[in-house]
Amino acid sequence: MVVFVARRLIVSCFVLLAATAAMFTLVAHAGDPLADLRLSTAPNRADLIAHRSEILHLDQSVPQRYAAWLGHASGCLIPGRPCDLGRTVQGQDVATLLGQAIVSTLTLVTGALVLAILLGVGAGVISALRQRTGLDYAVTFSASLFFSLPVFWVAVLLKQFLAIEANDWYADPTVGPLAAAVLSALSGLFWGAVLGGDRARRWLIRFGAASVTFGLLEYLSVTGWFARPALGPGIIAACAFGIAVGVTALVAGPNRRGVLTSALGAATAGSLAQFLVTGSLQQPTWASFPTLLLLGLSAVGVAVLLGWLLGGPDRPAAIRAAVLTALLTGLVMVIDVMLRALPGYSRLVRGRIIATAGSQTPNLDGTFWQTQLDQLTHLVLPTLAIMLISYATYSRYSRASLLDALGQDYVRTARAKGLPERTVILRHALRNALIPVTTLAAVDFGVLIGGAVITEAVFARPGMGALFIQGLLPPLDPNPIMGFFGVVAVSVVVFNLLADIAYAYLDPRIRLG
Amino acid sequence: MNDTDGPAGSTGPDGPDGPAGSTGPGQRELPVRTMSRRRLVLRRFLRHRGALLGLLLFTGTVLLAFTSIGFLGLPGWWGQPYQASGVVENGGRMTLHPFPSADLMPSFLDGDGMFVDPSTIRVGAHPFGQDDVGRDYFATTMRGAQISLTIALAVGAVSTLLGTAVGALAGYFRGWVEGTLMQVTDLFLAVPLLVVASVIGRVNDGGPLILALLLGLLTWMSMARLVRGEFLSLREKEFVEAARALGASSGRIIFRHILPNATGTIVVNATLTVALAILLETSVSYLGFGVQPPDTSLGKLISDNQNACLVRPWLFWWPGMFIVAIALSVNFIGDGLRDAFDPQQNRVRA
Repeated sequence: MVVFVARRLIVSCFVLLAATAAMFTLVAHAGDPLADLRLSTAPNRADLIAHRSEILHLDQSVPQRYAAWLGHASGCLIPGRPCDLGRTVQGQDVATLLGQAIVSTLTLVTGALVLAILLGVGAGVISALRQRTGLDYAVTFSASLFFSLPVFWVAVLLKQFLAIEANDWYADPTVGPLAAAVLSALSGLFWGAVLGGDRARRWLIRFGAASVTFGLLEYLSVTGWFARPALGPGIIAACAFGIAVGVTALVAGPNRRGVLTSALGAATAGSLAQFLVTGSLQQPTWASFPTLLLLGLSAVGVAVLLGWLLGGPDRPAAIRAAVLTALLTGLVMVIDVMLRALPGYSRLVRGRIIATAGSQTPNLDGTFWQTQLDQLTHLVLPTLAIMLISYATYSRYSRASLLDALGQDYVRTARAKGLPERTVILRHALRNALIPVTTLAAVDFGVLIGGAVITEAVFARPGMGALFIQGLLPPLDPNPIMGFFGVVAVSVVVFNLLADIAYAYLDPRIRLG
Repeated sequence: MNDTDGPAGSTGPDGPDGPAGSTGPGQRELPVRTMSRRRLVLRRFLRHRGALLGLLLFTGTVLLAFTSIGFLGLPGWWGQPYQASGVVENGGRMTLHPFPSADLMPSFLDGDGMFVDPSTIRVGAHPFGQDDVGRDYFATTMRGAQISLTIALAVGAVSTLLGTAVGALAGYFRGWVEGTLMQVTDLFLAVPLLVVASVIGRVNDGGPLILALLLGLLTWMSMARLVRGEFLSLREKEFVEAARALGASSGRIIFRHILPNATGTIVVNATLTVALAILLETSVSYLGFGVQPPDTSLGKLISDNQNACLVRPWLFWWPGMFIVAIALSVNFIGDGLRDAFDPQQNRVRA
């Protein structure tokens, strides 16, 4: 293993060397860094040209410049040495600019990737389990469609149509009977297809889901909930218990008493804790950030304790279920305070709650949660754009992979020895089916960082993509381009390596060497 | 698990172009009509509904794009050239009415009565409207589609040739050839596609075809890996051994014996590369580093008109619809081909 990693690291270094050298040469020939100054009519034109030539070392040959760039840039990968990626044509330090931009890009890409994996794998698994049904065809067709969508077109569509529609709707947030009927019909079809069963059961589910959706939508609409959304202690408690049951069903199976008791215990603790922590959650400042972290940690601690005490024979599974329940309950509480912050935030941005440009509203004078909400609303559309395309890959891949696994002999063996279907699918088929998906995810992360360029350009997010595009426009700015390329190339190489290691770890048949 | 396609299992790689199922003297005669692999694949492809729809859509788009405004100096049937500006009529609105005007609300519910009036279907002078200097947007979109299609197909051709060559050499000769070629492949895989494509587009000042060539140099890697895999397994088969024993040269073995058996992989992957290429080219052109004026492409049209989105949305919709139509139909064709060539594998159904 160590030998494998070491060898791969050495090979990766050579790959990076070759890639950066080729890219440096390409960039050096891609345009003229002095283009704007040559056309300038400023009296000190000659000085400006001389100054910029000196910053960018234009007097040296390309190989000399590359050697110097490499020497300085390698400091970014070796701890303890200064990180110097050169300067822009305006004389700014590229490493500083990149440092700020990386955070924005990483937030976007990580969020989109996590959502795409959750939704894509979920959809793929459901459509594999319900093969050759309407839902299956809908999922595979939507995957093909999203796969063929140009991301820039989707992004502009979201920005110019969806955002404006959503904001106009939010000006008077009510759901008319017709819209509610359409949504309820869709929800009925969806739940009928997901839960399945014989004909009568499916119709019952469809009808039930549709009427619940309709009633809920109309109730929320009439009571003006959309204008002043909140969950409230009752709903939070209900969510917590729902989460506990769901998590137990997923982690261990619904009839494992110890696991269920500890998850329900965690849910109870969470429901009670919300009354204690409401104060510190409502109006935190940046100074109380450690308090929030402490609250989260103590929740995990309590959950571990509960799992330990109540787990009985299933202690590890019980601890897992309790911690998961606690974390998700915490998430529900955070969603609650976020929702409560929404009306105030909406006033601050004059009702246009779905932002279409930038990464935050400039000069926003809001509370802690309003600032968080502001960053979130700026993330919604770009995340959606990246997610749609990635979702297509994951749903196709996990569907094919699960179908493949379900046809294997070991699944037949598992069924033959009488294991419950849930165990067969979750423990035997899905676990093996998801192994290739993990490698796909690792590789995809590196690719997405490079691919976020377009999304960032459409939504004017100040990320690494903006630096790259700005650098490519005349006058050509080599150092930001090379800095961005370096970050992307390193992350691609590192994530490919991680993918290989994860694969070997998850699939014992693979031996690295 | 999909053994429903009948004789599929018996038509594995079976020699250069030998039809399966020919019975020798010692074997039991079976009343099965022999069918060449090519016909079998064609039949399975034609039974694939998604693939047929894709083929239809793709052919239609290509015919529309290339015959309407003419290509390479040949005249087309659409009267208006794509370059000429003109008077903006009626705010540049679309004159296309593809559907009959109809009212389905009966008169006792305060409607105009139930009627369908097909006489309102018309194409008009500017079916896709006009842009801000009065150019006919149908002609412009067709020009964009021509360029984008040409680039996508050329990228597909270049990367297929290059990828097949690299994969074949690496898989057949093994040893240091394989080591070197696969190292180069990994190197190309490590560079982010869109980023390098943008920089290369910025370097390029030689027009769309050079751009296609350069993009083809960036997209051959998956083909090389797949073809290498095929070659690695095919070179160990008995028929290759037989050919070698008969004294066939390496070139003959590669071209006459192995390559025909790898056609499935190559054709399927070439199709998917075309779909990737159209998205890549339009993305690069959207960013402004691809096709340069006076030429246009579907991606450049979207980037030119994205700000007109709210006032004249059709300027934004049409090029996008064409990109989706092309990419979707090519993907469907690829899925259909994959199922037709390899019915054993699990279908990722279109």
